[in-house]
Amino acid sequence: MVYAAGVDVGSTQTKAVVVDEGLNIVGRSLIDTGANVIKAAESAYVAALEMGGIDEREVEFIVGTGYGRYRVTFGNTQVTEISCHGRGAAHLFPGTKTVLDMGGQDTKAIGVTADGEIRDFCMNDKCAAGTGRFLGAAAAALGLSLGELGPISLKAERPIKISTTCTVFAESEVLAWIGKGKKIEDILWGVHMSIASRSVALMRRVGIEDEVTFTGGVSRNVGMVKALEERLEKKLNVSEDCHYMGALGAALFAHDHVVAGRAPNRAGVTS
Amino acid sequence: MTIDTAANIVGRGNAEGAALFREWFDELDTTARNGGQAAYVFVMGSINEILKAFDLPVVFPEINSLQTAVRRVAHEYLEEAEDHGYSPDICGYVKADVAVQLRGGEHPMGRIPSPALSVLTNACNTYIKWAEIWERMYRTPMFTIDIPGTRQAGTQTWAGDSDFEADRTYVEVQLRELITLCEQVTGTKFDVDKFREVLGYANVMSRSWSRILELNRSTPSLFNALTDGTIFLGVANGFRGTAAGARYFERLVEEMEYKAANGIGTSIEEKYRLLFVGVPCYPIFRRFNELFTDWGGTFVNSTYLWFASGGTNRGFEYDLANPLSSLAEGLLVSVRQAMDAMFHQDEVLVDMVRDFSADGVIYHPIKSCRTVSTGLADGRRYLTEKHGIATLFIESDMMDRRVVSEAQMKNRIDAFFEGLGSRWRQAASQDKE
Repeated sequence: MVYAAGVDVGSTQTKAVVVDEGLNIVGRSLIDTGANVIKAAESAYVAALEMGGIDEREVEFIVGTGYGRYRVTFGNTQVTEISCHGRGAAHLFPGTKTVLDMGGQDTKAIGVTADGEIRDFCMNDKCAAGTGRFLGAAAAALGLSLGELGPISLKAERPIKISTTCTVFAESEVLAWIGKGKKIEDILWGVHMSIASRSVALMRRVGIEDEVTFTGGVSRNVGMVKALEERLEKKLNVSEDCHYMGALGAALFAHDHVVAGRAPNRAGVTS
Repeated sequence: MTIDTAANIVGRGNAEGAALFREWFDELDTTARNGGQAAYVFVMGSINEILKAFDLPVVFPEINSLQTAVRRVAHEYLEEAEDHGYSPDICGYVKADVAVQLRGGEHPMGRIPSPALSVLTNACNTYIKWAEIWERMYRTPMFTIDIPGTRQAGTQTWAGDSDFEADRTYVEVQLRELITLCEQVTGTKFDVDKFREVLGYANVMSRSWSRILELNRSTPSLFNALTDGTIFLGVANGFRGTAAGARYFERLVEEMEYKAANGIGTSIEEKYRLLFVGVPCYPIFRRFNELFTDWGGTFVNSTYLWFASGGTNRGFEYDLANPLSSLAEGLLVSVRQAMDAMFHQDEVLVDMVRDFSADGVIYHPIKSCRTVSTGLADGRRYLTEKHGIATLFIESDMMDRRVVSEAQMKNRIDAFFEGLGSRWRQAASQDKE
C-alpha cells in the first residue's frame, strides 16, 4: 500500500493526516504546537503513522501546510492552508462552494470551485479579532476551558450584545458584564454572535454560495456552529474531521504528487 | 559616438535615476543649510511648471516621508509625531513630515529646507489639512488650486466642450493668482519665456513617460512597475520641467526601446504578469516585491505610476503658444486622471489587463490613506465578478510597519499564486479537450 500525508502546523495546534490510495483517512493526530515547531510537526506526523499502523517508508509524499509549513522539514513541498482547506472541504463535502476556516489566529473565507480549486478568499485583518483567540480570551476571563464555551453558550436566555471583537479588550468587556450581574451563558452567546457576525461579513466578501463548510479548530464549538447558522440562516457542513481539514487537504495534494509519480527522496523522521 | 550595447544601456535608468535623486536631496540640503526655503508641493498636481519658472527648489513631503520608510526609520518619525499628539490613525506621510519639521528638517537624505509657500490641489483631501500644519508652523502661505474632477463615471469632457472650457477658465484664473503669489514670495517678476522653456521640458517628460509605460506591454516586461517604476517616479516628480529631467526620460525611452528590441526583461524569469493598485508597502519595499518575484510574478504596470505622477502618464503636452491656458488644460486632464486612477479605475484596469497581458491584479489598500483605498474593494469585486480576473487584496500600510505582517502577507500571496497555477492548469486541460 502507498500512502500520502499532510501536516498542518497551525499557530496553536499541529495536525497530521495520512490517506491511502483510496483517499481514505487512515491515520490522524492533533497536538499543541508549542515553541518547537519542527518537533511539533514531527510528533504529529509520527502519531498519525502510529494510529494507522503505517510504516513511514510506505508514505510516498508529504505536504506541509499552515503558518509553520516551511518548518515541516521532512516534507516534500508546501501548500498554503487556504488551498488545503478548500481542497479538503470539497473532498469531505463535495457540494461545498464556500468554506469558513476559523483557527487560532485567523479566520478565512474561501470560495471554491466544484473540484476544490480556490475561486477567491479573504482573511481577517492583521489583528486576532473574530478568531479562536478571541474565544480563548473570553474563556480565560471566565475561568472556563475552551471546550466548555459552546455548550454553555447554548443555554443563553437573554443574550447580551458584545460590542468589541478586539481580543485584547474581550477580557475587560466580559468582566464588565459579569460585574453588571449578567449570566455567563448570556455573555458567552454574545461572544459567539459577535464572532459570527464578523465571520459572515468576511464570507460576504467572497460571496456566500451553498453549500457552506465550516473548518478549523473552532468548528468543534457547537455554540459557534449555531451562531453561524443563525446569522447565515442555513445549515453548515461540519464533521469531526473539520478540525483536520488543512492536514487532509495537504494529504490530498500529496496524493496528487504520488499519482503523478513525483516521489522524491527525503529524510525519514522515525528512522 | 557610443554604440548602445546591453552593457552600457541596460540598467542605466535606475543608476541615473538614483544619482539624480541624490543630487536633488543634496541641493535641498545645501539650500537648507544656507537658510534658503523651498516650495512644498504634492505629487498629484505639483504645478512644478510655474514653480520652476521662478527657480524655486521643490520639496515633496510625500517623497520625504516614504524615504524614511524605505530607509527603515519611519517608525522613529511616526512615534515622534504621535508623542506630539497625532493619532496612530492619521496618514503616515503627514506624521513623518511633522516629525521632520519638529526636527528642524532633519531627514535621512539630508536637511530639508522649510517652506516659503506650499502649493496643492484638491486631489487629496489630506493635502489641505497637511498644508495648514505648515501654515500654522511657519506662517507661510498655502495656495490651494481647486481642480474639477470627473463629476460622474463616464462623463468626462474635453477641450472644446463648454463645461471643460468653463473649468479651464476657472483653473487658469487660479494659476494667475499663484503666479502673483510666487512673485511676492520670490521678489522675481514672472518670465513667460522661461515658463515656456519649462513647459517644453515637461512636454518631453510627459511624452517619454507615456511611451515608457506603453513599452512595458512587451513580453518579457522591460521594468518592474513597483520597484524600477518608483525610481522613475522620483525623477518624474522632482525634475519635472527641467533639462535634466527631460534628458533623463529621453534616455530612459532609449533604454526601454533597446530592451524591447532585444527581448531583455527584468532580472527574473517572468511567469506571471501582474498589475498593482494602490500605494507600495514601503516599510518592507524590497521584500514585498520578492514575495511576488519568488513565484515568477512581476508588476507590468500600476495605478501608482498614474496618480503618483500626477496623471502625466496620459502624455498631455502643452501648447507653448498659449502656455497658461494650456497648463490649465493639462492640469485639468492630468489631475483628473490621477483622481480617476483612485475612483474610476475599473474599466481602465480591464483594458490594461488585456493590453498588458496581465494574469492578475494586486490591490493594496493601506491603513494610512482613505483617499486611495476607499474604492478598492468595489473595484476588486467588479474585476472578479464581472470579468473573472484573478485579484488579490492585501491590507497593510505604506509607512507604518506596526500594521505590516509579513507572515500573513506571504500566506495570502502564496495562496493567490496557487490559485493562478490552478487556473492555468484548468485552462490547459480545457484547451486539450
